[in-house]
Amino acid sequence: MPELSPQDWQAIAVTLKLCALTTAILLVLATPLAWWLAHRQSPSRTVVQALVALPLVLPPTVLGFYLLIALGPRGPVGQTLEAMGLTHLAFSFEGILVASVIYSLPFAVQPLLEAFRHLGARPVEVAASLGAGPLDRLFTVILPLCRGGFIVAATLTFAHTLGEFGVILMLGGSIPGETQVLSVLIYDYAEAMDYAAAHRLSLGLLIFAFVVLVTVYSFNRRFDGVRP
Amino acid sequence: MRSPLTMRLALLFGLLVLAFPGHALTIAAASSLRQVMPELEAAFEQQHPDTPIRVIHGASGKLATQILNGAPYDLFLSADDTYPRRLAEQGAGATEPEPYAVGRLALWQGDPQRPALMPEELAGSDIHKIAIAQPRHAPYGLRAREVLQALDLWQLLQPRLVYGENIGQTAGMVESGAADAGLIAWSLTFTPGLSGRPYTLIDQRLHSPLTMAMVITREGADLPDARRFHDFMLSTEAQAILVRYGFEAPTRN
Repeated sequence: MPELSPQDWQAIAVTLKLCALTTAILLVLATPLAWWLAHRQSPSRTVVQALVALPLVLPPTVLGFYLLIALGPRGPVGQTLEAMGLTHLAFSFEGILVASVIYSLPFAVQPLLEAFRHLGARPVEVAASLGAGPLDRLFTVILPLCRGGFIVAATLTFAHTLGEFGVILMLGGSIPGETQVLSVLIYDYAEAMDYAAAHRLSLGLLIFAFVVLVTVYSFNRRFDGVRP
Repeated sequence: MRSPLTMRLALLFGLLVLAFPGHALTIAAASSLRQVMPELEAAFEQQHPDTPIRVIHGASGKLATQILNGAPYDLFLSADDTYPRRLAEQGAGATEPEPYAVGRLALWQGDPQRPALMPEELAGSDIHKIAIAQPRHAPYGLRAREVLQALDLWQLLQPRLVYGENIGQTAGMVESGAADAGLIAWSLTFTPGLSGRPYTLIDQRLHSPLTMAMVITREGADLPDARRFHDFMLSTEAQAILVRYGFEAPTRN
């Protein structure tokens, strides 16, 4: 294994922090959203579903461009934050975290939606009729029964954030220790024609991505077997 | 599934958050400075060992746009004087643009076996792809277009041109063999391991001068280190390093 430079380690730390925080935030946000999508039949459901899936279709540049405008010092969100005495979010870690949450949203919602549909409304209704409160139902019925869905959602979100590039490049620039994630650092190495450095990080990511996917698929199979 | 994994992740964030240092001097530098920058940094750090520096490279136009959009760069080393002037005009600069070097264009080829080309020979039939940087936001790209226009080759070579996002990527296109030749910054031919590649220095009269200027941004206005690096760039030591990497001294008026 070739030696990693301090800059590599810094990018690895930023990347892991971004992936972990994005995953944690998205699991919290996507659970109620996926539940709502799985059980609601209102016309607004289609619109929400389309909004959730938008990042799958849009080029990252479109998302990056609008986020830069919105979160920057002259944008509505950035200006509101500045008016509150905070700083705007362009070219900051918080900014790329917001972007990652939006960008990976479909990867968290989709597996959960699938799992909740499989589960159906019945187990939860039974639990409610036996006197279980909403939180109780979440932790003792939904979470254990949809464990596979949660694991797949978390893994895919983590992995997709790891592979994020265009949005971060546009919104975050390439600031070491702040917004320079692995994918951006690899681009930077390639631009500097430092192919050895680009190669050692690329190979690492390639292997990691493969392992993640093998994990996801093996979980998928295991839980397929125990589904009702 | 929740508790142990979540707790371990929480611990990981904690450690990562602690690992990040405070404010460092952040320099946005033109891509043409990629090879020389590490040496300039090392020389500066010898004089000011307590100043952590981080450098972000990119096309000057892109870096200027990022600064206008609130990027936290303290000092902007541009590849021309247009973008620093634009920042100053829009209130994003804290100092007047100061020239620190003059850049030179080189016609570069990836194949070390071939003789160096003259720009007039680009029309030759064995040159299939010619790389230049995007003229819209890369100063070296704009000058490359001027050179081809001055030689009356711009229209003729249109179908063979490929565009790099910045001059570093453009050089990469030539280096990898994706393009047969490219008009790049002379300074990038000093990339370690690539010094044997044939190149021809372009006559400066064929393009408007690449007067490279720097400006301290509003972000860096109160940062003494920004001023120190700014002044260091004009020192005899920094100027000597720049000359060794294919830049010329700016003309003083």
